[in-house]
Amino acid sequence: MSSHYEAPIRRPLIIGDKSYHDITVEVAAPVEGKANKLWWTAFTIALLAFLWGIGSIIYTIGTGIGVWGLNKTVGWAWDITNFVWWVGIGHAGTLISAVLLLFRQKWRMGINRSAEAMTIFSVVQAGLFPVIHMGRVWNAHFVLPIPNQFGTLWTNFNSPLLWDVFAISTYLSVSLVFWWTGLLPDFAMLRDRAVRPFQKKIYSLLSFGWTGRAKDWQRFEEVSLVLAGLATPLVLSVHTIVSFDFATSVIPGWHTTIFPPYFVAGAVFSGFAMVNTLLIIMRKVSNLEAYITKQHIELMNIVIMITGSIVGCAYITELFIAWYSGVEYEQYAFLNRATGPYWWAYLLMMSCNVFSPQFMWSKKLRQSITFSFIISIVVNIGMWFERFVIIVTSLHRDYLPSSWTMFSPTFVDIGIYVGTIGFFFVLFLLYARTFPVIAQAEVKSILKSSGENYKLYRDAGGKNPAPSKVIKAKKTTSEVIEEVSDQKNVLLGNIGIFDKATQNADDLKLISGVGPKLEETLNNIGIYSFDQVSKMTEKEYDLLDSLLDSFKGRAKRDDWAGQAKNLKNNE
Amino acid sequence: MYTFSSKLKTFSYALMIVGLIGVAYGFLSTPNSVEDVKVLLEESHASHDEAAVSHEPEAHVVAEESNTTAHSDDTHAEHAFHYLKNKPWSALYVALFFFFMLSLGALAFYAIQHAAQAGWSVVLFRVMEGITAYLPVGAILLFVFFVLSSLHFNHLFIWMDADVVAHDELIQNKAGYLNVPFFLIRAAIYMAGWIAYRQYARKLTLAQDNATDLSNYTKLFKSSAAFLVFFLVSESMMSWDWIMSLDPHWFSTLFGWYVFASMIVSAITTIALVSIYLKGKGYLEFVNNSHMHDLAKFMFGFSIFWTYLWFSQFMLIWYADIPEEVTYFVSRFNEYKIPFLGMLVLNFVFPLLVLMNSDFKRVNWFIVCTGLVILFGHYIDIFVMIMPATVGDQWFIGIPEISSVLLIAGIFIYVVFTALSKAPLLAKGNPFIKESEHFHY
Repeated sequence: MSSHYEAPIRRPLIIGDKSYHDITVEVAAPVEGKANKLWWTAFTIALLAFLWGIGSIIYTIGTGIGVWGLNKTVGWAWDITNFVWWVGIGHAGTLISAVLLLFRQKWRMGINRSAEAMTIFSVVQAGLFPVIHMGRVWNAHFVLPIPNQFGTLWTNFNSPLLWDVFAISTYLSVSLVFWWTGLLPDFAMLRDRAVRPFQKKIYSLLSFGWTGRAKDWQRFEEVSLVLAGLATPLVLSVHTIVSFDFATSVIPGWHTTIFPPYFVAGAVFSGFAMVNTLLIIMRKVSNLEAYITKQHIELMNIVIMITGSIVGCAYITELFIAWYSGVEYEQYAFLNRATGPYWWAYLLMMSCNVFSPQFMWSKKLRQSITFSFIISIVVNIGMWFERFVIIVTSLHRDYLPSSWTMFSPTFVDIGIYVGTIGFFFVLFLLYARTFPVIAQAEVKSILKSSGENYKLYRDAGGKNPAPSKVIKAKKTTSEVIEEVSDQKNVLLGNIGIFDKATQNADDLKLISGVGPKLEETLNNIGIYSFDQVSKMTEKEYDLLDSLLDSFKGRAKRDDWAGQAKNLKNNE
Repeated sequence: MYTFSSKLKTFSYALMIVGLIGVAYGFLSTPNSVEDVKVLLEESHASHDEAAVSHEPEAHVVAEESNTTAHSDDTHAEHAFHYLKNKPWSALYVALFFFFMLSLGALAFYAIQHAAQAGWSVVLFRVMEGITAYLPVGAILLFVFFVLSSLHFNHLFIWMDADVVAHDELIQNKAGYLNVPFFLIRAAIYMAGWIAYRQYARKLTLAQDNATDLSNYTKLFKSSAAFLVFFLVSESMMSWDWIMSLDPHWFSTLFGWYVFASMIVSAITTIALVSIYLKGKGYLEFVNNSHMHDLAKFMFGFSIFWTYLWFSQFMLIWYADIPEEVTYFVSRFNEYKIPFLGMLVLNFVFPLLVLMNSDFKRVNWFIVCTGLVILFGHYIDIFVMIMPATVGDQWFIGIPEISSVLLIAGIFIYVVFTALSKAPLLAKGNPFIKESEHFHY
């Protein structure tokens, strides 16, 4: 891994002409900039949903579980369905950061940070359900083996529900540590760039005094590998233990040995779908299309396709063995799923989970962003129904026909579920504005092997590591010179023409975000002084953008005018 | 270019001859009648009393004997007679399946490497192709075995016995799936599919060596993906057919994936062992200890994966304790305690402790020692899957068992190393070959 060599057949993972500095600036931009209206709208909606959920939870606890749609036969329904659904979603994050690290998949670097954030936020949602579905929430601490005043009153370690407690809490803590360790260099980057003292203070605290010495990096990498090695069995065992909640029982439709690996496959399947949903939006709104490329989306689609096929294989296995077993209860459980009163849920689950990922075999479809987005949502609907089908259809009709019943949720069931979705997005939206959403330190480590321009340069016969900005840089400059157009004249008309004979050119590189190359480009347009830059407003930024193809939005994001004003006054 | 060393060739012949003699002895030394068995039982009465007690739970194995009749000496002797008759057949079957699975697992791993566009393993492709060369040979041997079974040369698959089925309602219900023609057709389909991919892939990589474009590579990539889909389904069904149906009353949804775990870990171990052998002879100058490190990591990882699936299956059945399922483990736990628990040590504890250390995974003799233990452990795993259903309490690892392994091992070595000498050991046309040659971790 030490060499930067990569087979020419591999496609670039970082698009465009990026330098280390470009990566820094573009990753830091959402954190350093201000939230726009769209963000506030989304945040408000999520917050309202969250508050609605809190209301439903308080109402449940205050009044009793009876406000839910559960009955004597169906004692678990939306609560555990949502729990398993959220835990499942959480699995993709660890899979991406741990398993893909062990398999040395470079493409994980663009997506791992957000995937891990998603893990943590969804495990938080999942963690709510085991607590609030208790009849007596205030006794929840009794699940912990703590010495107490009841003599030797201990928990029974035979219950998978107790294993759940350990599994989920360990999973959350390990994921959190793994995530945070990875964040240290990135927080340090934000700390070093921070202009406002408050921001500086916060990121200094968060980055734990990271200075990036060689020894730190060496240990950092070792810790990441060890944590990845531990998180991989963890990720398998956590969802396995969740599956044990059902598989250890004697309920037909629940008691089956394939549940452990099949739940894990389903978790990866739904988790990747959720990552896809979130990242397709994020790459757009945070301008990260150069790092979360079409190839990333395509590869995630392939994972969805593989895990979807594994899940499909498990469905068929279950159906076959149900017939093969000769156990009539088991056979009826599956007949009931297919043809009973919840046939529509079964059909929905089958079509969303088994058929929809198969479209991904088509290269055209899996490379389409719109199609991936739709499928990613379809998959999560399907996986919700999978849990619902497993839980409810197995319970509502089992051994004794006299106990057969139906289940329908109340508005409180639904309200809590909506509330967790709201809470999830509240957390995720806050994260997207305050955290470096791409692991810039890691992305920088693959720039020279997998950056588009480096690859082009190398394929053209250049040696490794390639100097940056060779191929495109020349092109851009010449284009700009050729385009002595109306736009340029309008722009200079607005900000003033620089007269080389009477004025001294300023060092534009002092503006954060402007490098030597960009300065040259600006000079070519006719911009030389802070005075000119400081006069730029929205309109001029747009003009500048249309002149500079490769730096779209940067001037505005970095607030060049404001910076130039300061620099001008300091002179 | 590798040349099959005459020493190794002689060794493989020796294995085959010794194995063949032992297998023949195994068949000749089975008792001829129930009366013979009675004499045998008299001789070792004390130990068999014990065995008879633990017999009850798996009375289903020979189904015409229901639990309602008491275990008189006669029925017990008849029972033992059937078991002893099955013993050399089962021994051969375990060995046949074990070596076939090494080859099939290697093929699956090979296809995964292609489909995943792995950059490190390209230099090992020819080694894997050599190992999969056993696939057609093993498939023919197994198929012949199945045909012989269906012609009642043995009683391994009791559902093939019309008398048994006539008295067993449970098996009757499964007759739509468990019947001889369908069984043989299915086996033929799986085998044909696997062999077809193997031959096609081999053809394409050889063609890619001298090609100027990547068309062969692209075809190989696509066919590998298609093969993996076929494999996912066919492997599960194969495990139901070939192993799970030996206990036709028992069922487990996880079984196919559990067999797969055993298969892939043994196959990767075999790839590592063959590579180390060839490297030691100086034939793989482009394979370095990073490649071995990666293989050892896979051995380590899949050993744990195997344990995960083993535990999931065992624990869930133990926990729910539903009588029709739990008999499977009752008979194994009562009569096969040492192999049943011993394989956990061999397949889990040992690789876990030995292969945890990063440095050890680069030391060839560590890999070889662990590899041999893992292979032995997974032989025991297959043994414990098959034997309780076919020979019950009459199991023993003696001449028939060891000879069967020697015989098939001889054939395996001969076929694999012959195939290795047929083509250059470096798949030089692969687009990732340079990455693989420079691979360093």
